Amino acid sequence: MSDASGASGEIELVQLLTPEGLRLEHAEYSFSGDDDQIKSFYRDMVLTRRIDTEATALQRQGELGLWASSLGQEAAQVGSGRALGKQDFVFPTYREHGVAWCLGVDPVNLLGLFRGVDLGGWDSQRYRFHLYTIVIGAQTLHATGYAMGVERDGLVGTGDPDRDMAVVGYFGDGASSEGDVNEAFIFASSYNAPIVFFCQNNQWAISEPIERQSRIPLYRRASGFGFPGVRVDGNDVLAVHAATVKALERARSGSGPSLIEAYTYRMGAHTTSDDPTKYRLADELEHWRLKDPIERVRAYLTRCGSGDDAFFADVETEASDLAADLRARCLALPDPRILDLFDHVYAEQTPYLAEQQAAYAEYLATFEGMSPEPVEGLRQAQPAFPGGVH
Amino acid sequence: MTMLTIAKALNAGLRRALEADPKVVIAGQDVGKLGGVFRVTEGLQKDFGEHRVIDSPLAESGIVGTALGMALRGYRPVCEIQFDGFVFPAFDQIVTQAAKMHFRSSGRLAVPIVIRIPYGGGIGAVEHHSESPEAYFCHTPGLKVVTCSNPADAYWMIQQAIASDDPIIFLEPKRRYHQRAEVDETVTPPPLHSARVVKPGTDVTLIAYGPMVKTCLDAAEAAIEDGHDLEVIDLRTLSPLDMGVVDESVQKTGRVVTVHEAQLNLGLGAELAARISDQCFYSLEAPVLRVAGFDTPYPPSRVEEEYLPDLDRVLDMVDRSLAY
Repeated sequence: MSDASGASGEIELVQLLTPEGLRLEHAEYSFSGDDDQIKSFYRDMVLTRRIDTEATALQRQGELGLWASSLGQEAAQVGSGRALGKQDFVFPTYREHGVAWCLGVDPVNLLGLFRGVDLGGWDSQRYRFHLYTIVIGAQTLHATGYAMGVERDGLVGTGDPDRDMAVVGYFGDGASSEGDVNEAFIFASSYNAPIVFFCQNNQWAISEPIERQSRIPLYRRASGFGFPGVRVDGNDVLAVHAATVKALERARSGSGPSLIEAYTYRMGAHTTSDDPTKYRLADELEHWRLKDPIERVRAYLTRCGSGDDAFFADVETEASDLAADLRARCLALPDPRILDLFDHVYAEQTPYLAEQQAAYAEYLATFEGMSPEPVEGLRQAQPAFPGGVH
Repeated sequence: MTMLTIAKALNAGLRRALEADPKVVIAGQDVGKLGGVFRVTEGLQKDFGEHRVIDSPLAESGIVGTALGMALRGYRPVCEIQFDGFVFPAFDQIVTQAAKMHFRSSGRLAVPIVIRIPYGGGIGAVEHHSESPEAYFCHTPGLKVVTCSNPADAYWMIQQAIASDDPIIFLEPKRRYHQRAEVDETVTPPPLHSARVVKPGTDVTLIAYGPMVKTCLDAAEAAIEDGHDLEVIDLRTLSPLDMGVVDESVQKTGRVVTVHEAQLNLGLGAELAARISDQCFYSLEAPVLRVAGFDTPYPPSRVEEEYLPDLDRVLDMVDRSLAY
């Protein structure tokens, strides 16, 4: 029996694929897919990493203002992203580039926010992937409310796989200290909402280690809120997938929320503005490099013969092509126009905003050679919709 | 026509909104069985069920944040924040999350949330139960802010706010909750974002909203003895402001006194003064003068009657305006 703090006792970690690429059995969790599926996970992880390294390069070259790297977290993101059913809906932080990839979001749209051309350039309802949330933890409440809506829509526990759906709220170890995350746990638990709280514990909240956020393993927080929690090896795509499938099934069936702590590591800086050499040791990085989420899958596929050199070479080629295309389209992203800013502050433009817009257009017109479009034509005929999954 | 208090009129408006649209839900602390601490939601959970009238955990950020999530799912949540001073734990969810969602999504997403807040002083409450936080919200693009001053407006404006696709802060003058008047449920109400002249006059324009409308009407009646004919405007909508009614009045009277309970510094009166001097400069016979709460925290209730603008302070400012 653990002591009252919950800090003692054996810490469990679900692992189905070792860093050396060996498959393991687990009493409660198993990966049900075949090697072709594992190869597709490998591909998604390699492509996610390539998107990430290209974005980092673009930032270093001054083409992005900032980038939040997902380096090292590919298994946590692809494993969970690939577990999603076709109705499930995701609320990400600002680092879930791999989940976005799995849901079909064009990666160039992820770059828009960081290049400063928009504040969220994808159709979140279409891709079932909400806009990035930068104020840490706020999105877990949105996810919970969305899940409460799903339950009210009668899309939980029907047993019909084409109807039942769940919501995933992503957050990190740092956000686990935020009031909003704790409130989300309480609301989800109180209303038995169909939600999976997916925590990527990457050990570092900028410079603050996990020990500053929690004196107990994060997955154990769940029991205090009245739902199950599990820690999985976040660098093991099979374990993450298995745990997410199980948690999603639980949520869809009407059995309520659960917490997955994907135990992983932020291999890069917090963002491109950060310098982790000031607060963490190179040894730690080396230790985690040996647990790389992609290398272990490659080792497995090589050992079992499912992946040959041609396969790995094809994925590399695809990644290079993807990166080149991403770079070209990033550079071609159009800048926003100042006069468009006034269009979508409210569902219908207010007269005062229309005045400000017109006044600024007139002001611009006083400069030689400037010929702004007539203000009447600026507002796009784009109906707003409250929700869109109907 | 029905004789209703503001509280009962809000209740009737909420009931009608719940009947009209199955996507309307109410959430907040104690809104269910208890019917809210002011009984504004009384009986609604009994009639519409716990799924539509939701007793929330005691967490303001959670109430607004989950409402936002429900709105993204196609619902029209009406949140109750129990008292003005308790809204600040939800500040991020209101000003950063709800207010900006439509803009951030380039118009793809709408978050039709109404956040009801009983506000203002004068009920002898303990601290944090008497504040007027409207300026914070009026300063936030993407939010709309409205307030009612009488039962008919309460009945109609709450329904109009719920039907709006924008997030709306709906401020309820708690010390006037029990003010009574006839409500006609069959008329076509004026647009939500419109101001109204509630008493026409020729000498000085009083601009007020919420609980101060009654104070100004009382002042206008008292001013008759002094031979002054005051016009009283009820703004009703604080963001966006409806300046048409204001400008027309100022062009007639040339003198303006703004009145609100909220603190003076950067309050609504400051914005009104700036807009009026910009738009009505040549009509003004005197500077725009302001009556407001002092720039102190809200005081202990035993001195609140002196802190809050009253008939005498309004008339004193009217005299100053007329002295120019």
